[in-house]
This record gives sequence, C-alpha cells and structure tokens, in this order.
Amino acid sequence: MFGGQDSKQHTVQPYVTGTSVIGLKCADGVVLGADTLVSYGSLAKNRKTSRLMTVSNHCSLGFSGEYSDFQEIKSTLEELMISEYCMADNIPMQPRAIHQYLARVMYEARNKQDPLYNQLVIGGVLPATGEGYLGLVDLLGTNYESEMIATGYGTYIALPLLRKAYRPDITVAEGRKVIEDCLRVLYYRDARSIDTVQISTVTKEGAETTEPFKLETSWDFKKFKAGSRLIDESTW
Amino acid sequence: MFRNQYDTDITTWSPQGRLHQVEYAMEAVKQGSAVVGVRSDTHVVLATLKRSTSELASTQKKLFSIDDHLGIAIAGLTADARVLGRHMRTECMNYKYIYETAMPVGRLALNVADKCQVSTQRASKRPFGVGLLIAGYDELGPHLYQSCPSGNYYEFYSMAIGARSQSAKTYLERHFEEFASLELQDLILQAIRALRETVSSSKDAELTSKNCAIAYVGKGDTFTIVEDEEIQPYLDTLENSDGKQEEEEEETEDAAEQTEDKPTDAPMED
Amino acid sequence: MMDFGTPVLEPGSANGTKQVPQFNPYQDNGGTVASIAGDDYVIVAADTRFTLGYSIPTRKISRVLKINDKVMLGTAGMQADTCALHKVISTRMRMYEHDNNKRMTFNAVSQMLSTVLYYKRFFPYYTFNIVAGLDDKGEGWVCGYDAIGSFEQRKIVCNGAGTKLMQPVFDNQVDWAQSWDGAGKPNLSLEQATDLMKDAFTSAAEREITVGDTLQIYKITKDGIQLEEFELKKD
Repeated sequence: MFGGQDSKQHTVQPYVTGTSVIGLKCADGVVLGADTLVSYGSLAKNRKTSRLMTVSNHCSLGFSGEYSDFQEIKSTLEELMISEYCMADNIPMQPRAIHQYLARVMYEARNKQDPLYNQLVIGGVLPATGEGYLGLVDLLGTNYESEMIATGYGTYIALPLLRKAYRPDITVAEGRKVIEDCLRVLYYRDARSIDTVQISTVTKEGAETTEPFKLETSWDFKKFKAGSRLIDESTW
Repeated sequence: MFRNQYDTDITTWSPQGRLHQVEYAMEAVKQGSAVVGVRSDTHVVLATLKRSTSELASTQKKLFSIDDHLGIAIAGLTADARVLGRHMRTECMNYKYIYETAMPVGRLALNVADKCQVSTQRASKRPFGVGLLIAGYDELGPHLYQSCPSGNYYEFYSMAIGARSQSAKTYLERHFEEFASLELQDLILQAIRALRETVSSSKDAELTSKNCAIAYVGKGDTFTIVEDEEIQPYLDTLENSDGKQEEEEEETEDAAEQTEDKPTDAPMED
Repeated sequence: MMDFGTPVLEPGSANGTKQVPQFNPYQDNGGTVASIAGDDYVIVAADTRFTLGYSIPTRKISRVLKINDKVMLGTAGMQADTCALHKVISTRMRMYEHDNNKRMTFNAVSQMLSTVLYYKRFFPYYTFNIVAGLDDKGEGWVCGYDAIGSFEQRKIVCNGAGTKLMQPVFDNQVDWAQSWDGAGKPNLSLEQATDLMKDAFTSAAEREITVGDTLQIYKITKDGIQLEEFELKKD
C-alpha cells in the first residue's frame, strides 16, 4: 500500500505542522488566536507563517496540523468564495455554511482513507444579527459549535482558561485579551510553539487579522527560575 | 400548416432574430390556468385556479412544495412542471446536505432558469412548456420569482401568469403598493381577489373550494398549501366583505338617485 | 494532541520488521442514548458530553434527530459518522415525504435506518442507534440497532457507552426480567419513566467517564414533542 509503484500515496501522518489554535465566542463577534510557527518534527521550520486566514467579511479560519493540507483547503475555500462572489446576488455566505462545507470536505477525504490532516477552527458572525459563531472541524469530519474551542495542546492548557473566562456578555475587546493570555500560557508550556502570534477578530464591521506580533513574556516566576526538582511539590 | 419555415426546430433563428419554438413554449404557459403571486414585507402568497379535464376527473395540481422554505405554482404542462419540481427538490436537498442552510430562493430561481435555457439551445431537446411562480423565504426575506420556458427569470412584487392573467395583473398593478404592510390573512385575500379577476370574465364563473388553492410561506411559516375545505373560510370572508361593499354601493346609488346631482364619495372598487 | 493512529505491522513486509503508521478513520466520542416506551408515550434521552480520549472538547452536542412529530432518532458513537448518518436520514425522510405525500411512520423509519446502516456494511458508520416513536395506534415503541443495521423492536433500549451500566437497571425496573411470568410488572407513567431515566443516567455518570454534562429528555406524546434538560455531573 505504501510506496508501491502503482499505489497512490496518502497522508498517514503529518510532517510540517502548526500547533494549537484557540477561539472564543463573544457577544458581538468572535476572536481567534494562533502562533505563527510551523514545525518539521522538532525543527522550527518557519517562524513567521500565518496560520489564520480571512475567508470573507464575516468569517475567519485558523488551522493546526499539516501545513500542505491546509494550503489545499485554503485554495478550495478561495475557489468557493470566488464562485460565491460571481453569483453577484449579495447573499453573504454564513459562517455556519462555511463550517459545514468544510466538514463535508474533511469527512469525504477521511472516507477515502486520504485525510486532510488538520483541525480547523471557524470563527464568524451571523451577518443579519451580528451574533458570534465558533466551530471546529477535524481530520475525521468531526464538527461542532461551541462558545470556546482549542486544538492540540490548547485542549489541555487553553480550554480550561477559556471556560473560566467566558461570559455570555463578554465583548470582543475583552475576549482579545483572554486569547492573548491563553497564547502566552501556551507559549510557556508547548515546546512546539513560538511567541510570535496573530489574532483575528470578526465583528459585524468585518473580519480582521493582525500582523504577527511578539507576545510580552515574563520568565521571572519563582518556579520558572527555581526549576522543578524532585523535592518540589509541583512543577507549576 | 407551418407558420413559417423557421419554426421546425429549436435551434434555428428566424431572419427577424426570433426562436419560434421557444415562443411557442411561452404560449403553452398562457394556455395553463392562471396563478397569482403576491408579496408583503414578511410573506409570499400564491393563489391558483385548478382545472379538471371533466366532471369525472380530479383537478390538476398547481402547487408543489419544494422545501420547508420554498414552493412553486405552475402554469402550462403539468408533466414538465413535475420534472422541474423534482429537480428543484433535489437541488434544495443537496444544498442543505452540504451547507446545512436553506438554499437562497434567488439561487434556485437562477438554477432552474439555467436548466430551462439549456433546452433552448440544443437540437435534441424541447423547451419546458411551463412557467413557474417561485415563492420562498430566506435570510434576505420573502421572494417571488417567475421563470419562463425561455430561460428568463424575474423577481416581482406581485405577478400573475397563465390564462387571462392580464386581468389579474391589472388588479395587481393597481394595488401592489398596499401589499407591503399587509398581515398574512389580508395578503391571502388580496391574492384570491387578483385571481378572481381571471375568472370573473369567463363563463366558469366563480372561485370555489374545488377549483381554488393557495399557498403561503414567510417569516415563521414554512411553505403551506391550503386547499379543499380549508380554503372555504377565505372565500366566505371575501364574499361577505364584497357583499357589504355592494350593499353600500347600492345604498349610495339609491341616495344619489334621490338627491340626483349630488356627487358621491362612495368607493367604486375594493 | 494530534492522534497519529496506532502504528501497525504492514502485512506484506518481510518478517514484520517494517512499521508503518496507518490512518484510523474511526474514533469513539462516547455518549449514551436510551429510550423507554409506554402505552401512549415514548421518551428519548441522550447526554450531551462529547469526549475525545480523556478530554471533553465540548459539553454540549446534540445526539438526537427529530424525524417528525412522532419519531426521533438517537445516536451514540463517532460524532462525524453521527452527523453524516443524520444527514442521510433527513434527506431520505424528505424524499419520502415528497414522493408519498405523508409523514414517515415509526415502522418506515426503523426499517429505513436498518437499510441505510447495512448499505455501509463493509465500511460501517461507527454509530449505535435507537429509533423511538409512536405507532399508528399511538403506542410507544423503540428499536435498538448495532452499527451495521440489525435491530429489534422493544419497550426499552439503551445504546452507547453507558449501556453496560444502565441496561440491567432497565431490564429490572421496566421489563421486570427477574420475574418468569412477569407477575406484578409495573406499567410506568410518563413521569415515572422520566424519573427512572434521570436516575439511570445519574448513576451511569458516576462510573462511566464519557457520560455527563447535560441530559436531554425528549418526551413524545400525541400532543407532540417536549424537551426537558437535566443537569448531570460535569467532572
């Protein structure tokens, strides 16, 4: 099956990968965050690659997992948005529709035993009401909506923080700070992360992704300095 | 025998720049019994006149539900309409399967118009002999579209197609500006009034629960067909309100006769 | 963390030394669905916890699909397959309604689900289903399925992760299985069935880590479908 002369090669494991993406739904929109590193195993292959993309005026997308598969997804999405534009009927594609479309793409790929090795986080607003939308799709086609989403190590490190910070009336401005904090914590503990990050905000006014910027970090915490030893109560 | 030598196949132009076969298909729409569509800010209503081939037969279906948010009324060949209807249902299901959102009405109207166009440009095909009024409600609100055998499609505030639809159109042209703010129940009555214009001039005389069916769709309402005994209350309401109108008119006429030259401000039409 | 799949030995490789990771298209996302049917009602219950290994990526997903006012489908197992299955069932249900100009009956739905599942016999949906509904006479019934479509119509079924903990309780409390001749078997009311369902899920949530968060109980009666939500433990 693998490498035979007349057999087709499928991705069975990711090579060039991005780590966590996180997202938080807010009262007036959505915030997504990701760092800008793509790794090749333990090698920091590229330190300034955008892992967030703006899909439309009402929708942004972030990925973790295989970079090449994401580029494939990106171009199919761009194709979709161009054909939408060509309909010229002023019907904005809803974030939910984009989310479900991607879920079909990912699920069909897994059905062919040829998965797109990614987790995708879709953030958007409903054009009519300005209400936020946040969803996830993974390489198996798993898809759900949630108030807070994190992939990769973010599931363990950022998700509890997001759950704690979440309020139904949290604003995008507040959410942005929460996301930045989560990215900082991830940078402290995820060895495949970097302190250069991007944040994407989607509100009624539009979708905006920042240029990559450096996180302010502090390494003066007592336990960071002391390090962890057997006698320590905990590594934290 | 033939109207001219340029109408025997679909893809041949006449020197006047016309496609006769397509125009004949457009004529088929005018042979079908009338259908009327009206739109308010929240709803679309379709009203249809059903015909039967004989006293012994049931009436032909004029209304088809396509999806929860969308349906059609047809004028022309019912058999052709069924083909288009099935196509539209499939398109709606496919759209929902992929996007988990309802297909925008305008997209479906364009899709079905494209399908009609194909059969005006292929020697091996025949145009669909049916016109559609497409009524639907999507994220941009209520919509009413008409599609033609030629592949043309238009969006309307109000529209009527089919036999004697001109009189309904005249009614609609006079009243459509009032429709925007109407409640659903009043909008339905307006649709039936417009439809009635197409029968009043003919010998089959009046709308009954047997020959009239309506459908509505809009904010908070999925596409719903109302026919048979369910439509009777609407016809009754209409008759009552018109009865009153006539009585009033008669009274004022009497009064006018008595005081002869005095002008009257009684409404002359409803 | 990314699941790379379990490395397996490639069947053709000489003396099994060459290790090749293989993509595993399946995943267990937990979840339990259960249904109790009575003389004039049926209730469908499902928890909303979505698990991935030991993680809970989200606490609120729906496992239940409303077919119409009288029939519902509940699905546990893999979430992506659940979605796909629910899409196929909704689409075929819509086609049935267009073609036959009537709603699908409980029997029609239960047979259709079996057909849809068996159609993928050699690449199955990793899903464990129940179909619950009222029959033509208004009596409640429920069908339980395995992943490839074999099914049985009963009065009480549960399926999914919590089955092992809950089924014996239902056998005892609803089916009266401990009695040979069924003497003294209770006829549960809608309220009693709902309470039993809450107790069963609360108990299952104590020992089965993939059960928890919120319990959704759909009550189907001749008057339509009502949803009651009941909080389970969140840890």
